[in-house]
Amino acid sequence: MGHHRRVIHPGGNVTTPRARYPHRHLLGIEALERTEILSILDAAESFFDVSRRSVRKVPTLRGKTVINLFYEPSTRTRTSFELAGKRLSADVINISVSTSSAVKGETLLDTVKNLEAMCPDVLVLRHQASGAPHYVASRTKAAVVNAGDGTHEHPTQALLDAFTIRRRKGRLEGLVVAICGDVLHSRVARSNALLLRKMGATVRFAGPRTLLPPAAESLGAEVHDRLEPALEGADVVMMLRVQRERLAGTFLPSTREYSRKFGLNEARLALAAPDAIVMHPGPMNRGVEIDPLVADGSRSVILDQVEAGVAVRMAVLWMLATEAEGEPTAGA
Amino acid sequence: MSEVLLDPVAVARGLRRVAGEIAEHGGVRDLALIGIRRGGEPLAERLTALLRELEGEAPPTGSIDITLYRDDAATALPNPKIGPSRIPFEVRGKRVVLVDDVLYTGRTIRAALDAVLDYGRPRRIELCVLVDRGGRELPIHPDYTVRRVELGPGQRIEVAQKDDGTWATIEESSTLGGT
Repeated sequence: MGHHRRVIHPGGNVTTPRARYPHRHLLGIEALERTEILSILDAAESFFDVSRRSVRKVPTLRGKTVINLFYEPSTRTRTSFELAGKRLSADVINISVSTSSAVKGETLLDTVKNLEAMCPDVLVLRHQASGAPHYVASRTKAAVVNAGDGTHEHPTQALLDAFTIRRRKGRLEGLVVAICGDVLHSRVARSNALLLRKMGATVRFAGPRTLLPPAAESLGAEVHDRLEPALEGADVVMMLRVQRERLAGTFLPSTREYSRKFGLNEARLALAAPDAIVMHPGPMNRGVEIDPLVADGSRSVILDQVEAGVAVRMAVLWMLATEAEGEPTAGA
Repeated sequence: MSEVLLDPVAVARGLRRVAGEIAEHGGVRDLALIGIRRGGEPLAERLTALLRELEGEAPPTGSIDITLYRDDAATALPNPKIGPSRIPFEVRGKRVVLVDDVLYTGRTIRAALDAVLDYGRPRRIELCVLVDRGGRELPIHPDYTVRRVELGPGQRIEVAQKDDGTWATIEESSTLGGT
């Protein structure tokens, strides 16, 4: 522990540094304990209020630098991290691959080393290769946040989904969550399944047989190759985005075929619990995996997810960027 | 070692006097009380009740958490618990009285001023504390004080809410990290 000043606050409000999130990075849900997930979600509640005030900004990370390094196109996640950093008063820099030196042949590590010379406190990385954030984390001084790596993990998406569910349902434990669509290629599905299992929820995967992971049971999920049994009595229905390139390829026959068998419409949603909520990580293919009537319906919390994203990412940046300086810690 | 500075009777008497001073200084019209979490919160609520007795009308009351506004927020306390701020009224144009239990370095008040200003632009902000123990590091002074005492850096004030009321005691805190 550093020799920092501690203001003794009469009333017993003294807190223990680093007790709540003892990791230097956020690379995946897999490495997190239940209590650590809860402390991120609890902190996010306070940041959620910040975004609803007249001045949507706090000075907490003044003088800190956050770099968003995105090797895959993303509007939602990148904007969400950018807004989160700015609402904490950090300096935020966005670098996307199509406009940077990566197209000129620079390796990921060289890029990171160059960015490191600019002394970022947090590096938010999205990369098409699974494990890229882990690779970078062990070779940089900055705290690394995985903003999606290949088909591996997307931890902040799972955290914001959990935050949204908890706000609507008041709990995570004991809920039945159906995750439907291209589970095989989905880092969102993987991170969500890991998180929800840790928090005591039941996870069901549903999708075409070609798009279900071979070892789904290792994630603790039930597997269905039809939508209906997965939806039955579910408290939460989470639809995944169908990647266009997979519709034309070997995985699926056609858009229409997919929609007919695996699209969420009102008739199918009626199988879920009466107060079930519908989620989608975006961007949606309206009329493919989700019917517009459902997407815009009263049970849809899709826009709540977007709002939750900023609060959760503020909590994550805050926890990582306020790490006591110069402290040697084990990677997470 | 522990020495009683204020017992529940003295706290109750002091708060009554201070409530009178707050009322005298401009009534309760456009007045709002904001307790600084967590020590100032119960005191703000008691002052609200006293003002209702005195003036027949209670000012709106809220609480504010200053964790994100601390001047050491980015380095010293990596993962403290942030409590909720609750300001269920429009701050703009109000006469706001900030309420805290102990005034020491003034850094908490500095942070609270910034936090309140982010909710809107009050007409003025005043400060009310239970104990002013001296030792200021910033040019901040209370407008209403129940008790003033000059303590050394090895001492601290402990404010506790017990079954029989609020106690303020002086503790010798040489074993603690201090400032």
